[in-house]
Order: sequence, then C-alpha cells, then structure tokens
Amino acid sequence: MRVCIVGCGAIGSLFAAYLAQRDDVEVWAYDLDQAHVDAINASGLRLSGEGNVHSQPKASTNPADIPPCDFGIVATKTLHTRAAIEATAGVFPDGAVCSVQNGVGNEEIIAEYVPRVIRGTTFPAGRIVEPGHVQQDTGGKTWMGPFEPKSASMEEIRRLAAALTESGMETLAMEDSRGAQWTKLIFNAATNPIGALTRLPHGVACDQPKVRALISQLVAEGAAVAEAQGITLDSDPDALVDHAREVAYNHKASMLQDALAQRRTEVAALNGGIVEFGRQYDVPTPMNEAIWALIEGLEHSWSLDRG
Amino acid sequence: MNEIRSVCIAGAGAIGSLFAGHLGTLVRAKVLARREEHAARLREEGLTVSGKSQLHVDIEAATNPAELGDVDLVIIATKATAVEATAKTLSGHFPSATIMTVQNGLGCEEVVAKYGDWPIISSVTFMSGVRHSDVHVEYELDTATWMGPWAGGTATYADVEQVAALINRSGLKAKAFADLRPAQWSKLLFNSSVNSIGAITNLPHVKAFAAQNGNADLGHLVHAMMDEGKQIAAAQGIELYEDPWEMNVKAVSHGSTGDEDYAHVFSMLEDVRNERATEVDWLTGAVVREAARLGVPAPIHETLYRLVKAKELSWQQGQPH
Repeated sequence: MRVCIVGCGAIGSLFAAYLAQRDDVEVWAYDLDQAHVDAINASGLRLSGEGNVHSQPKASTNPADIPPCDFGIVATKTLHTRAAIEATAGVFPDGAVCSVQNGVGNEEIIAEYVPRVIRGTTFPAGRIVEPGHVQQDTGGKTWMGPFEPKSASMEEIRRLAAALTESGMETLAMEDSRGAQWTKLIFNAATNPIGALTRLPHGVACDQPKVRALISQLVAEGAAVAEAQGITLDSDPDALVDHAREVAYNHKASMLQDALAQRRTEVAALNGGIVEFGRQYDVPTPMNEAIWALIEGLEHSWSLDRG
Repeated sequence: MNEIRSVCIAGAGAIGSLFAGHLGTLVRAKVLARREEHAARLREEGLTVSGKSQLHVDIEAATNPAELGDVDLVIIATKATAVEATAKTLSGHFPSATIMTVQNGLGCEEVVAKYGDWPIISSVTFMSGVRHSDVHVEYELDTATWMGPWAGGTATYADVEQVAALINRSGLKAKAFADLRPAQWSKLLFNSSVNSIGAITNLPHVKAFAAQNGNADLGHLVHAMMDEGKQIAAAQGIELYEDPWEMNVKAVSHGSTGDEDYAHVFSMLEDVRNERATEVDWLTGAVVREAARLGVPAPIHETLYRLVKAKELSWQQGQPH
C-alpha cells in the first residue's frame, strides 16, 4: 500500500509518522515547508508527548517526485485545500483520498480533482516543535466513511482504517461518518471563534453564563442544520463543551492562537460551512452568520495600518 | 424653567468643554470637574476653543458642587459609564436647575432621576471635538445636538426650546424635538451596531461596514443587525428620524474621492484598545433590554452584547491582546 500525506503539518505528521512504522506501507509526505521536508528525509520523523514514534517516511515539496499512490490523506489547513490537491492530483490517478481536516466543504473540493473521496474526522492534536519533530498533545480516534457523491468503496475505507489502527492510530470505518464530522464541526464552530473574538481561554469563557448561553445557541443552530440533512450526531456537542471545560480549562482554541498571531483562520470551513449548508437546507443560522462576518472583519483589521 | 443665566457642565471632556466654552460667551459658565488640578487650571486660565470657533472664556470651576452655588441648567457630559457617580455627586445640589444628559445610548436619564427631582432633558449629540489640554478644546465636527423632554420627568418642550435657542446663539448647533425618541433611536441603532462590531473586530469605521458582496462581508451583518433594531423600534411605535443603514453608508463614503476609507475609531473601540469599560450596556445592551421588554427577538444584538462583555472580562483577567 502506498499512501501520500498531503500537508505534513502537525496533524499530517501524526498520520505520516504512525503509518511509516509499517513495513507494508510506503508513506510519502508532501509539504511546502522545505526545512521540515529536509529534516524528515535526513533523520526521519519523530513524535514526542502522547506519542513516542520515530519512523522514516519519504518527504518532498515537489509532487512530481511522488509515485502514484493508493491513498491520500489531506491534512492541510482548510484555507489550502484547493491549492494542495490541485498540486498533488497527479499522485492519485486511481487513488482514494481522505480529508482529515477541520470543518466541512473539503471533500467537495478534493472530489473535483481525484477519482474517489473518503470523509474523515480526526481528534488527535499536536504541534511542530522543530523541523522533523512533532509533539503529540492529545490522542483520540479517527472516523472514516464514504463521501457519497464520489465515494471510495467500503472495502477501501476499511483497508485504510485498518492500516492506521494497526500502526497505532485508532480509526473506525463507518457506513456514515457524517455524524462524527458534524459533531466536531459544531463543537469547533461554537467554541473556536468565541476564543478568537474575546481572547478568553475556553474554561473562562464557559464560566460566563451569558457566553456559555451564546455557545449553546451556536450549537443549536449547527445541530438544526445537521438534523435537516438527516445526520445523527455522534454525541451532544454541548456536552463536549462542558467536558472540554473540565479537561482543557486554560486551552486557547486554535483560532485564538491564529488571531494572536494574526494568521488567517479556518472560519469559512466552520461557521461558514454551517451557514452554507443551512442555506441549502433552508435552516436559518443568524448567529453563525454573525460570527463568520465578525471573524472575517477581525482578519480584515490586520491588513489595516493602525496609523 | 428659569431664564437661563448660569450653567454648570458636569464632566469637561471634549463635548463638555465645547458646551462650557460656547455657553460661557452668553451666560455664567461653571464646570464641575473630577480632578482638582483640572478645576484649578480652569479657574486660573479660563477655557480656550479653537477650530470651528475661536474664543476664550472665564470659568468658575470646582470638584465639589457646594462651591459652585445654584444654576439654571446642568449639562452632564461625562461618558455613560460615569453618569451614576456624577449624579450621586449632584444629589442635593442645584435645586433650581434643569438637567440635560448628552450620553450615547439609553438609560442615563433614569439613573439621574434616582438622585434628584430635577426636570430632565434628553439629548444626543453629533458634534465632536479634540481635547488638547484641560483648558483647550478644538471644535471639530459642527453637527447638531438633538434634544427633547425626557418622558419620565417634568421638563417641557418650551424648556427644551429655550435651551436649544441658547445653544444656537452660542455658536453651536441644536434642534429641539417634542419627541426625541425617533432621533435618539436612529443614533442608538447606528451606534449599537457599528460600535460593538468595531469593538469586536478591531476595525475602525471603514468601507467594509457597508460591503455586501461576498457571503461573509461585514455589511450583511451590520444591515441585519440594524434591521433587527428597527423591529424593536417599530414594536414601540417609534418611526425612525433617519435610517441607521443610510447613516452608516454615508459615514463610510466620506473622503475626497468618495471611496476612501473613513477610518473613524469608534469610542467603544478606543475603550477596548485602552482596556477601559465600554458603553456597551447603554448601547447594544440597551437594545437587548428593550427587545426583552417588548418580547421581540434580538439574537444578533445579544451575540454582540455578550461578546463585548466577554472581551471586557479578558483584560480584567490579563489575557494577551
């Protein structure tokens, strides 16, 4: 089996490092970060923290170096989905490509470029410590299922999931993985931008009754959009919000980290995704719309000279 | 009310100083200051106005109202966040006075009325100034102050006309309304939307506030928020004096070419940047309270109100910005 990780940042590196431990899987990592690519080729990819892995995938910044692959795992930020899959489409002449990115809308873009698509959602998180070295902060499962309009076969999905599980990343192949995807989407869309806009860590935000109510209202809008599509959520995103308050009180949401660094955020795939699916299914989402516009406004403010 | 022979300005920031300087050319002008140093400089040097007006007047100033004697008109010109403390100071003083409030938003009149039975005039002002020092203010935007009798008190339209006439003679602009609410709500809905959105996005009043092309353009949010506010005004029978959306479009098309960003920094954004309490309770929060009272939904105002309150908490907690 030959697999190409498209986008080998923190998440992509987790997939690449675990999979590359196996003798029967040839792993390629495509990334634009030359220093990270060089470090991987020179001395392998190392995981620390939750994971303790040292393996040797092949890495390149040039898609032409990569032979045809059976599977792709796209792990870029949602902002770069189109550019990444456009660049690597030639690697998958007959491949099945899975998105493990945040939000919704990535599979639709990937499907424009490759023959078959898998809908994935992943919970593990980490950060790049230095080129070639990623700290895994949290473990957790990955879910994979068909992307119906242009799906891989269940047999293929099971094969990829089994390879991951056997390499140490627990992955479930499901007939319908939308429930997992939307549960994570709704949780992220209700909590991430609140942090970015208010600068409050998750637990502190949750301790403000009015902010907590706002989070619940955002969750309710997202849940209504999921329901209108016939999606059964895996678990109650509102309960996940409370759980995260317990286990990650001082956690600064990734979008808050983006805001502090003045980096573009993934809001279009999160709140924007809920708004756009809401429009398709005639479900009003005024609060997610407001949050989406506020984050875009915040990003716009970084381009202005404060004078 | 008495014929106005003396006024006291409580809170001499930019707006208060503009009132004190101009009215001081016609009647005895007093200033109730918060800082003794400010009062002393006003007593010694008087007050200078530059810009659209050029004048200099003597000022009687103190930090204790007992030292100022009675007056015919008190103008409270502090920020909304300081009205309660100011009204407390005024309590028991100025028995002959009519009091005029010039704060943004709703609710300051009710606060003042808790501390005395003065007749109360409501007003909203569109003029602006730049305060160069304790004794020098520059008159910048010479737009009018709109005023009307506060419905909860005993001020009459005739009182309002007398105050408006005096302000007009002094070189500032004023307009008396029998019912101020249509004008007050126009400005309220404008401010409750653009101020809170500016505070959350860190954006001054740039063109993006009127952009409605892309799905996530800010203009959609501003428009939707103002439409929501209009429903709340309509539910209490208020017909707006001006359309807040048009006020917004007009404000961002200022500039010589007509498409330049008019980067006015909202007062609420200035407060956020300086980590001061904002006036959100009197603006967006006031709309939320009115909506609840009337049973009209206001999800967007609620969202912005909660976000600004959470943002205030973030610097109280020392979170990085």
